[in-house]
Amino acid sequence: MTELLRLEKIRKTFPGVLANDNVDLVIEQGEIHALLGENGAGKTTLMNCVYGVYRPDSGKIIWKGKEVTIHQARDAIALGIGMVHQHFKLVPPLTVAENVVLGLPSKREPFLDLVAVEKEILETTKRYGLDVDPKAQIWQLPVGVQQRVEILKALYRQAELLILDEPTAVLTPGEVEELFEVLRSLTKQGLSIIFITHKLEEVMDVCDRVTVLRDGCVVHTVNKTETNTRELARMMVGREVFLKVDKPDLIPGEVVLEVQDLSALDNRGLPAVKNVSFTIRRNEILGVAGVDGNGQTELADVIAGMRKATSGKVVIRGSDVTNLSPLDIIKKSVAYIPPDRQHTGLLLDFTLTENLIGKSYYRPPFSKHGVFQKKVINEFSSKAIRDYDVRTPGPELKAKLLSGGNQQKVVLARELSGQPDLVIASQPTRGLDIGATEYVRTRMVEARNRGAALLLISTELEEVLSLSDRIAVMYEGEIMGIVPGKDADIHEIGEMMAGVRRVGDRTANAGKTEVVKVS
Amino acid sequence: MLLDQLASVLLNTEFYVAIVRMTTPLLLAAMGSILAERAGVVTFSMEAMMLMGTIGGIIGSGVTNNVWMGVLLAMIFGMIIGLIYAVVAVSIGSHQIVTSVGLNLGALGLSAVLYALTFTRGGEIIQTVIKVPSLPFWKVPLLGDIPFLGPVFFNHLPMVYLGYLIVPLVWFILFKTTWGLKVRAVGEHPHAADTVGISVAKVRYAALLFAGALNGLSGAYISIGMLNSYMENMTAGRGFIAYTAIVFGKWQPINVALGTLLFGAADALQLRVLALNIGIPYQFLVMFPYVVTMIALISVVGRASWPAASGLPFKREEG
Repeated sequence: MTELLRLEKIRKTFPGVLANDNVDLVIEQGEIHALLGENGAGKTTLMNCVYGVYRPDSGKIIWKGKEVTIHQARDAIALGIGMVHQHFKLVPPLTVAENVVLGLPSKREPFLDLVAVEKEILETTKRYGLDVDPKAQIWQLPVGVQQRVEILKALYRQAELLILDEPTAVLTPGEVEELFEVLRSLTKQGLSIIFITHKLEEVMDVCDRVTVLRDGCVVHTVNKTETNTRELARMMVGREVFLKVDKPDLIPGEVVLEVQDLSALDNRGLPAVKNVSFTIRRNEILGVAGVDGNGQTELADVIAGMRKATSGKVVIRGSDVTNLSPLDIIKKSVAYIPPDRQHTGLLLDFTLTENLIGKSYYRPPFSKHGVFQKKVINEFSSKAIRDYDVRTPGPELKAKLLSGGNQQKVVLARELSGQPDLVIASQPTRGLDIGATEYVRTRMVEARNRGAALLLISTELEEVLSLSDRIAVMYEGEIMGIVPGKDADIHEIGEMMAGVRRVGDRTANAGKTEVVKVS
Repeated sequence: MLLDQLASVLLNTEFYVAIVRMTTPLLLAAMGSILAERAGVVTFSMEAMMLMGTIGGIIGSGVTNNVWMGVLLAMIFGMIIGLIYAVVAVSIGSHQIVTSVGLNLGALGLSAVLYALTFTRGGEIIQTVIKVPSLPFWKVPLLGDIPFLGPVFFNHLPMVYLGYLIVPLVWFILFKTTWGLKVRAVGEHPHAADTVGISVAKVRYAALLFAGALNGLSGAYISIGMLNSYMENMTAGRGFIAYTAIVFGKWQPINVALGTLLFGAADALQLRVLALNIGIPYQFLVMFPYVVTMIALISVVGRASWPAASGLPFKREEG
């Protein structure tokens, strides 16, 4: 194998943060090389240095044996480096062909030559087994296809090295398999691929070699065949990790949440939740699995009172709360952990204390006759920070200055310290590293054990599988099935996530299981 | 009675001539700004560009005694505003509406000062603007002689003919050229454009200079063309109306052109009814085009889909 790219002693700092230090990395031609590490380990920053988004403070980038300087993405593209970012860089209203040629000179400059481009795209898609319609507009395409457009974009620019940043985060298990097939066919044609990920199984599945990053430094580079997931996890975190959360068997109690034939619209006014029904009892976690954007967020919003239901009912402990205000619903002892802590979960410019009393500031003991009781508030805040292990220099720090994991702990402290009867947790561990993820999951199981009912919405299938007592799968706004969490069949759930299987509610009445195969 | 009089307005060729005449400044301005708008810059500063165009036209024409120098200076003045706006809003990344309001007010004062400096000495008028050379009417041979259509469409100032051409031209640039593709990409997803090597700033600068030139031209049309005169604030808010037409037409060149036609027609109707002197207080008539604008906006704006990056300064490191 010949060497394609070599990084020597790359160092990159941001104000107050050392993102990469002394990083060496060699990419061979035709290999799939995993860049493995926790969030904040510096994987994406390192690759952004290669792609010209950032400039390294020091160190060398050697491409095909020659030292190069890459000032901007254009330079990287010219060398033959393509990158598929975690958030796609596609322009939604433009067509596939328009996105592919964007920024390139046309053969009939200054005029576009889309017909010829569409033909070339079709040839490329055939060669690599990518199935894409060049005339479709991006916003019409499913995420998996959009990703293929990104890959196509790089191939069209004659990329020899393809950098994929967490490419599977947005895909269904089936789509992941398809992506891996595409990647294998690409390497057969001589391309090299850098695969950024924090998922160990993927490394073992598709990659040839692995470089593990921790705290901005390379821990080790190994051949896949000479390692295993356990060793990789230890290298990644720096200690042994146990992602299985211990969960005692409990018998669910009274019904806390009952959702009946609920429907709602999304922000564009299109149906997002369609006739959804389920119940959750005390001492029970109902996990909702599904690919992002299949109505889960809207469902949580409706229950929390942040979105209007167009039909159906939400009943909490026997009282109908459909379309009540969020405040009225909070008063029913409902906690809501929103999917995005930076916008909905926290007021980033407010202090930790202010955030911690964000839902109860108006009532005793925090305020009396409209005046804040500073002493009570401060005691509460200090205790919450202690109890929830928020790492902060003090309670008066602005929330935006905390790391993601600590921000989420503040949200948990605010939501769970009141001992709510119902917890709606939407993507509670999104973007968190292993340590913080472990913490959040433990706290949720604690709430369950205490007697709360939990609705857990997560696009991380592994999270739903390890925490849920029952699992509901959503696809295009509908619940495709509800199955017991114990010994759930991951393939069956995958098929439901992709919308090709519907099993109904298998947990409601074990005798009446109904299996319908649609496709 | 009123209906009879209204009918007489609507049956008169002059009304339709006036529609074309009143639509042209709005059309040139809106078509000039549509590219900048599609590139993600809010061109709320159109009024400033047009105002500078009115004064640029009269100064250029008056000082050189050549009307075409007036047209040129109007475009340059418009482009200067476009450039200032680009520096402040694109490079520095200030709030675009606030910057625009500043420019609009500033241009109002500046144009008055430039007028005083050029045409008066110590409060005395040294040159009357009426005598400044103004744009000629160009009658299109043959076509201009067709009854009704001839006077309505083919006997006008040169800018009117440019107006006929500018709509397909802008449409073509936007949808059929590589530069137009860049403009659309920059306005919808500047980070995506940046990662494929497009300079977001360059595209926005170019689009704003184009907007400046055409809005300046539109100003010249008003001062040394349509009214053949100069007075303070002589655009009378047409920059805002043209901006409204862009929103009304949802950033689609042809729909935007129809929007300017609607507002131009409202303006023409108001003028013709005013001329009839039928006892409606003229203040109400003058209000009419603006009221139409507001109603049009209310009816459409809720459904308008702005370019996704509209009004947002682009900063790379955050991407």
